[in-house]
Amino acid sequence: MSDKQDKVVICRCEEITLEEIREWIDRGYDSFNELKRVLRVGMGPCQGRGCQDIILREISRRAGVPIDQVDSGTVRPPVKPIKTGLLATGGGD
Amino acid sequence: MREITTDVLVVGGGAAGLSAAAEAATAGAKVTVIESDLQLGGQLIKQTHKFFGSKDEYAGTRGYKIANILLDEIDQNKKNVEVLTNTTVTGYYIEDQMFTAMQGEEEYFRVKAKKAIVATGAQERLIPFPNNDMPGVYGAGAVQTLMNVYGVTPGKRVLMVGAGNIGLIVSYQLMQAGVEIAAIVEGASRIGGYWVHAAKVRRMGVPILLQHSILEAKGDKVVTGATICGVDDHFQPTCEQKEIDCDIICLAVGLTPTTELLFQAGCEMQFVPQLCGYVAARDRTMRTSHPDFWSAGDAMGIEEASAAMVEGRIAGHSAAASLGLPVKKENFDEYWKRLDHLRAGEVGEKIRAGIGKVMRDKWEGR
Repeated sequence: MSDKQDKVVICRCEEITLEEIREWIDRGYDSFNELKRVLRVGMGPCQGRGCQDIILREISRRAGVPIDQVDSGTVRPPVKPIKTGLLATGGGD
Repeated sequence: MREITTDVLVVGGGAAGLSAAAEAATAGAKVTVIESDLQLGGQLIKQTHKFFGSKDEYAGTRGYKIANILLDEIDQNKKNVEVLTNTTVTGYYIEDQMFTAMQGEEEYFRVKAKKAIVATGAQERLIPFPNNDMPGVYGAGAVQTLMNVYGVTPGKRVLMVGAGNIGLIVSYQLMQAGVEIAAIVEGASRIGGYWVHAAKVRRMGVPILLQHSILEAKGDKVVTGATICGVDDHFQPTCEQKEIDCDIICLAVGLTPTTELLFQAGCEMQFVPQLCGYVAARDRTMRTSHPDFWSAGDAMGIEEASAAMVEGRIAGHSAAASLGLPVKKENFDEYWKRLDHLRAGEVGEKIRAGIGKVMRDKWEGR
């Protein structure tokens, strides 16, 4: 059962599994920002709306830090993807 | 790039945002409401059941009719309110005090606002289990939108995960649409939602299995079933397992506040379990640590739509006052009386504890 658990996709945008996340937390990458840098979690179209909550809880459990003390990670604009073409035309006007 | 300007930018046209917009516009503020969906109303438009709460917040009225009441109020002040639908506020750039927004995928523009009210609501929580990325696994809110807004049923037989109000209400509405509910599983040892909603689904013969959770989704390309299991007091699976025949798995395991813009504005944020995630510190006017940012509704902590509407009123009232517009102090007191009433008793205990952690009497250095 735990094998199957590890194959669970946590970040759907970047197809990152629970196994990968656990592996990197165990190596000491125990903040959302660090995991984002090594795995690209939260960098896809949904910008972490699907996975951030699950990852913060996993960090809390695995690293033994209370959930309210796990850093949320940096939240940068834009919150949803914008086509480069739209930016290149100055916003479409 | 086009730039629009406004007195009060309201981000989100749901229960909280519409209330905030109505309140600020009535006081004379020029308000712009930006809503990412195609229509205003937020979650209210898909609530076909009658609301509880208090008469002031339309108890006994069906959710979508409450949306109409708020839209009427906006309409009465239409000279002060501009509404942009199908438009997402994509960011706030603190160094320029500038918002950006995108209409559809066709136009990207700047928004300059004197004051902002963030009423962005919430997003559905998901839980990890094997095959949770297979077609047929839905959020309960998504299913409700599919059925009650677009008139599409998701499938034939549903396993509902979560017996809070959303899980119970959506189960009942699925049955009203002719969809079978195989079972409702709930990890906790008690039903989280109101008893009356639970009684309705039980009367129709649906089993509610407490201290049970989903272990995995079954299927090759799409969901054809699920394995559920018993869980102990620490939500760890016990050896008791059961196969459920279903083509849809519906997750009603809670919501998380949507707070990106508040983070980007540098508001003081805190993780509060009782409010279901990161939320902004606030004073009694729903103002955040950023003097030009207010927030209301689920973005400030997961609660009922009735409370979201009152918080919206308070934020709109305070934002208008900050622009120097005349507002009635007694309205503010009245809104707080209503909030206290909604949060009274045992049901409100969790919310009161959560709010206690982020409520500030005054802001340092202001």
